[in-house]
Amino acid sequence: MKRIAGMLLVVLGVAGVLWADSALSITGAGATFPYPMYSKWFDEYHKKNSNLEINYQSIGSGGGIKQVTEGTVDFGATDGPMNDDQLKAYQDKHGFGILHFPTVLGADVPAYNIPGVTSELNFTPEAIAGVFLGKITKWNDPAIAGPNKGVNLPANEIVVVHRSEGSGTTYIWTDYLSKVSEEWKTKVGKGASVNWPVGLGAKGNESVAGTIKNTPNSFGYVELIYAIQNHMPYGRVRNSAGAFIKADLASVTAAAAGAAKNMPDDFRVSITDAPGKTAYPISSFTWLLVPAKFSDATKRDAIKGFVKWMLADGQNYTEALSYAKLPKEVVAKELKALNNVQ
Amino acid sequence: MATTTTIVPSAGPVAGSRSFLSRLREGDEIARMFTFLFAASVVLITVLLVFELWQGSVLSRHKFGFNFFRTSVWDPIFEQFGALPFIYGTLVTAAIALLIAVPLGIGAAIFLAELAPARVSDTLEFFIDLLAAVPSVIYGVLGIFIVVPLMRQYVQPALKLSLGFLPLFQGPAYGVGFLTAGVVLAIMVIPYIISVSREVLLSVPRDQREAALSLGATRWESTWKVVVPFARAGIFGSIFLALARALGETMAVTMVVGNTPMISSSLLSPGYSIAAVIANEFTEATGQLHTQSLIELGLVLFILTFILNGFARLLIVATSKRGSGMGHV
Repeated sequence: MKRIAGMLLVVLGVAGVLWADSALSITGAGATFPYPMYSKWFDEYHKKNSNLEINYQSIGSGGGIKQVTEGTVDFGATDGPMNDDQLKAYQDKHGFGILHFPTVLGADVPAYNIPGVTSELNFTPEAIAGVFLGKITKWNDPAIAGPNKGVNLPANEIVVVHRSEGSGTTYIWTDYLSKVSEEWKTKVGKGASVNWPVGLGAKGNESVAGTIKNTPNSFGYVELIYAIQNHMPYGRVRNSAGAFIKADLASVTAAAAGAAKNMPDDFRVSITDAPGKTAYPISSFTWLLVPAKFSDATKRDAIKGFVKWMLADGQNYTEALSYAKLPKEVVAKELKALNNVQ
Repeated sequence: MATTTTIVPSAGPVAGSRSFLSRLREGDEIARMFTFLFAASVVLITVLLVFELWQGSVLSRHKFGFNFFRTSVWDPIFEQFGALPFIYGTLVTAAIALLIAVPLGIGAAIFLAELAPARVSDTLEFFIDLLAAVPSVIYGVLGIFIVVPLMRQYVQPALKLSLGFLPLFQGPAYGVGFLTAGVVLAIMVIPYIISVSREVLLSVPRDQREAALSLGATRWESTWKVVVPFARAGIFGSIFLALARALGETMAVTMVVGNTPMISSSLLSPGYSIAAVIANEFTEATGQLHTQSLIELGLVLFILTFILNGFARLLIVATSKRGSGMGHV
């Protein structure tokens, strides 16, 4: 008995020393869309800084904003920037503000399944908004057929598919529709979940993709990464310069570059429908939410160290995972803004 | 109940004759207090749950009042919330599930308990218990990849062709919708009905069957007219267990119901359920009112379950009074 107890004590002691030595643990929560990227980053960063462990829960952007405001996590992450009310709520609760740091770029693409149509379709903003408002109901509607000369579009009813759960993907999609359609803006608006005028709801990118694949004459949206990784066909979208652009890493970065010139100091910017000849119009940043003040200096330095690394070496990991890199101008601006974290 | 108190000496006159201290020393009193605490914790948890739901939905209860149950717009952007389509979807999908699962489940239970050889019955019971333990997300995936395409390609067109004149089977066949959700739910709850009903049927005393047979009843007559009525309360119990599961099911429903807050007389049309919308929107709900409306939906689901369970109790009481010697299982 005594020997066992002794051994147990030794084991506990060793475990305690190891545990104490693993030192700093930082927690974050929020957006699901950049989760594959973040988990790769945190993993790589941990390899370089073995005494720092960053735990990230991908609970959704809304949850991330909520938790960082409550103060239950050290940092948050979101696909849609915090609005003024949310910033004020944070300021009121903590006495200092919270900063947005763009990390990578993503995009939504229009995906479809039309029996007999294998070519890449061209979509105008009016056509996409019309379909999602329930005004365009057939594939051979002139608004869709117009820019797709030579494609034999059937006279079938369009089955609209959207995300059922609140998501950053939906935020980007509805943000875009609000910009290109006045009617969408006043009737539906933008948000992580909205009151859809038409369509079926499917849970998650996988489910939207599955529903589109299984349902003839369907039309929906998925994240670019998802479409690329699953070899889904998706259409080109006409940008503000009038060119039909296919979403890829270059055209998404181009959208960010167009917006980089007038980037506001707080980085809360929407780059949907961005200017630029080669810009893909349904693109977006995704952000880390970092409090402007830390009471714990080691935590502050650790987070600042990570953001610095993420903006430099970290950006090299993005393209392997089909996320678009931040433009140089944005990186430079973020490094400056990092000094505001105290 | 009168007979049981004389058998168990911890309560009633026998126990009362010993002093409290001696009962404490012998452990009876300690056991009684502890088990009472455990039993009371159930009530405590329920009260706490209702209290939390009530507290958490202050804003939406005040803003919408009774209109929450009457309106059918669910708009997180313009902050208009009405629960009607979700209540409707929850009830309709659960009703379809029971309509399918009850006859199938009870039929199977009768076969396993009364007619099948013991070895077959036990083997099948193993599989049924296995089915009952499958996580619901698996049923959801099964629903998306097997049930939905089957429904869209074969079942729904056939229903439209044969029964399309009824308002129940009109509109486009998407594959997803009330009917599909009901079917998937039925598959999920059948194991519960079979498993519990079989146990109840097996526990019917042998002499009941023997008496019926000795009076000249056939095997089926003794089963249908004596054994099943004897086990009625227990069978009802299994149905209500299934109902509770169907009402609260989240993952499997959201994967096949279409997630559209819509009230439609057609079972082919997409719909939504309370549990599904809570699961879908809670994590990304940023506005106070949105979050609180979702919590109020939770309260509504609780009340709904409460009312249905109340009805169930009444039904059992009503049916067991009419016959004699029933409802004792």
